[in-house]
Amino acid sequence: MAISLDDPKKLTGLRDQAHQVAMNMLRPISRKYDRAEHDYPQELDLLAAMIDGLSESGASNGAGAAGVKRDHPENDGDDGRVRNGANLASVLGIAEMCWGDVGLLLSLPRQGLGNSAIASVGTAEQQQRFGDVWASMAITEPDTGSDSARIRTTAVLDGDEYVLNGEKIFVTSGERSDAVVVWATLDKDLGRAAIKSFVVPKGTPGMTVERLEHKLGIRASDTATIRLESCRIPAENLLGSPEIDAGQGFAGAMATFDNTRPLVAAMAVGCAQAALDLTRDLLARAGVVIDYDRPAVTQSAAAARFLQMEGDWEAARLLMLQAAWLADNRKANAMEASMAKAKAGRMASDVTLSCVELCGAVGYAEGELLEKWARDSKILDIFEGTQQIQQLIIARRVLGLSSAELR
Amino acid sequence: MLLLRNLRPGGRHGIAEGESRDAIGYAVAAINRLARSDLLDRWGLRRQAEQAVFTITRGGFRTATTAGRVFGRAGRRGRGGQRAVRPPARGVFDLSPTEDEQMLVDVVTELAAEVIRPAAADADAACAAPAGVLKAANEIGLPLLGVPESLGGISEERAVMAGTLVAEALAKGDLGLAVAALAPGAVATAVATWGTDEQQQTYLPAFTGDDVPAAALALTEPRPLFDALDPRTTARRDGADLVLDGVKSLVPRGAEAELFVVGARLDGSNVLVLVESSAAGMSVEAEPAMGVRAASLTTLVLEGVRVPESNILGVLDGTPGHAYAECVRLSRLAWCALSVGVGQAVLDHVTPYVKEREAFGEPIAHRQSVAFMVADIATELQAMRLLTWKAAARAAAGNDFSREVGLARTLCADKGMRIGLDGVQLLGGHGFVKEHPVERWYRDLRAIGIIEGGVLV
Repeated sequence: MAISLDDPKKLTGLRDQAHQVAMNMLRPISRKYDRAEHDYPQELDLLAAMIDGLSESGASNGAGAAGVKRDHPENDGDDGRVRNGANLASVLGIAEMCWGDVGLLLSLPRQGLGNSAIASVGTAEQQQRFGDVWASMAITEPDTGSDSARIRTTAVLDGDEYVLNGEKIFVTSGERSDAVVVWATLDKDLGRAAIKSFVVPKGTPGMTVERLEHKLGIRASDTATIRLESCRIPAENLLGSPEIDAGQGFAGAMATFDNTRPLVAAMAVGCAQAALDLTRDLLARAGVVIDYDRPAVTQSAAAARFLQMEGDWEAARLLMLQAAWLADNRKANAMEASMAKAKAGRMASDVTLSCVELCGAVGYAEGELLEKWARDSKILDIFEGTQQIQQLIIARRVLGLSSAELR
Repeated sequence: MLLLRNLRPGGRHGIAEGESRDAIGYAVAAINRLARSDLLDRWGLRRQAEQAVFTITRGGFRTATTAGRVFGRAGRRGRGGQRAVRPPARGVFDLSPTEDEQMLVDVVTELAAEVIRPAAADADAACAAPAGVLKAANEIGLPLLGVPESLGGISEERAVMAGTLVAEALAKGDLGLAVAALAPGAVATAVATWGTDEQQQTYLPAFTGDDVPAAALALTEPRPLFDALDPRTTARRDGADLVLDGVKSLVPRGAEAELFVVGARLDGSNVLVLVESSAAGMSVEAEPAMGVRAASLTTLVLEGVRVPESNILGVLDGTPGHAYAECVRLSRLAWCALSVGVGQAVLDHVTPYVKEREAFGEPIAHRQSVAFMVADIATELQAMRLLTWKAAARAAAGNDFSREVGLARTLCADKGMRIGLDGVQLLGGHGFVKEHPVERWYRDLRAIGIIEGGVLV
């Protein structure tokens, strides 16, 4: 054991591979699907097939966009004590793919956040059964956003089926996915512990996709509204245990977030890196020299600003790697996952907006992608828990306060 | 007119050049000057304690550097010195310290909590570190941390990571005392890292013995927009000697130091030069500052100081200026680690405070505006720590770390200052008075990004 925070040697191949895919597959169609908001990016089917092939061949652990996967111990032993496994592979790969395009990454078939939920809380049998399903994630409701303990969608057991009723909004890839992981309550009176997640296959009678949103950014990603009216699914589609365990509280369903928040941090890190890379190049061509050895105050204002942004970016990236490393090594990471998302979310907004400012009209016009990244980045400080929700989680952990004490 | 010249604006008393005084202004200034005259002190109008501090710490009281010990020349000139081995890089992302590092951190953490923290407030007021604290630091071998085993030091490997973790743990006790305790080690580490055989044999035995000398790495200079890579202190060759001229600022324990490593410009490149305090032409002046006061900061003036040319460090290590630039980077790394330690002290202090302090019928921690400040301190602090560790691990493995340490320094200076500000703010008026240490941490954290040298890992 010895401290080292460089990217793990065994994952640099995967990272670089994802970078090549992002550069050669996603960037060329990035602006196209920003403009054609609701068109399906058909190019991604080929890419998804390629990723499946790579995973199948074992040539690549996750191929950059696999979401959360349970570790395969035989692949993850490093020196027998410290693991650099699937979680690190995922954040490194996703960051690179989002350096390409966040919206397209979110649209990749079979790589949805619902898949992360299945991996996080599903049983081994369920992971097997839903392994090839492209699953999106439905949590938010028209009247319930951050306060996800108060969702109103209900699930009622009727024989060997659950009957779901309710309305879900902001479902990423809701129209294109094969199935939707729906959060619903078994008993509104029993609070958080009664909230469970259910896999609802597309085409199930009673489930309709109602509307596609028009958005500020990540326009390549479809965002749907889903209505459930007496929608019946097999009882074995409830992910994890059907028991309402008051002691466990919200922990079951919320465990999904411990795994997805580092992934959103990775999206922010990738998007911000895209802006930083291009801005560094544009500034260099404008004659701005950035020197890591000289004090920022002795350099140009643009260089000083860039150094501050790059420092924040590197810091967010390391928090992201820390959260993933903890997960790989089976250590609790709820607070660190929130730290990574909080820091990366605010960093990405600051960096992408500042890069537009530094590059002036070149940054603001659609001729370059800087303005797009400044629109795309905003959602990363919102979904999977806003900045403020992350601050609440961190503060409760640091201060040792309950959600009743610090509301 | 001595009086009028002293009263003229231009950088004294914080008055900018553009200001001008009228007749009333001069009269007020003259009365003020009388009020500050030593006559008042002779009449006994000031309290004894106040006067003691005043006399010790005010500027303009310049003395010769301490006579110091004689470092007997030994070893072979021109022969390369010994070098610590580099730990092999494993290519595995890992946040766990080695067992040896953890043991060291545990010992230092105890020292910081049991010895350093209790002494911090008085040391800050007195602008001096108590002998007992320095003795305890020497006893656990802090000055030898950067010295390889073969030269009488502690570690077989180049202990950059250990040094970083130790600096963090020490500063959690107190930054000023940490700098005072680490100052001799900075010089020993420089000699061990870049010294020739002669330099190592001549100077290191004093540091590995029982009577460790005070010593200081002097890099900072007193001017706005100071750039450590552009020192104005000059060295010129004269026969077999170097002649040094210039002024170094914020030098820890300069008045008692027996050996200095001084940064200077020689023939267009930057060099580190070993200068014994007994050399003619050296003088030292107290330079108390906003913070880091326990480190007895001084201004070091070099006027025609002669040392043998063989006193240059790092002549056999890479291109001219290489050792100097590495030294600047490793010193900045140490300052980053110190800022992490102080930041942790702030977090550990405000956490129980906001839970106990009540307002409007409940602990203030129950309010989001308070709780979110704590959350941000915790988040940014961890970010500072990880970036500092990344730079340290790269340095330890012998990889280029200029980017990482540059970014770490920017982050630690910005976010460290923010943590200092919020630490005081969270305690409100109680944070502003010396009843709590947060006002000291506020002053200390401003040093990051300003002081160059003094400490080294």
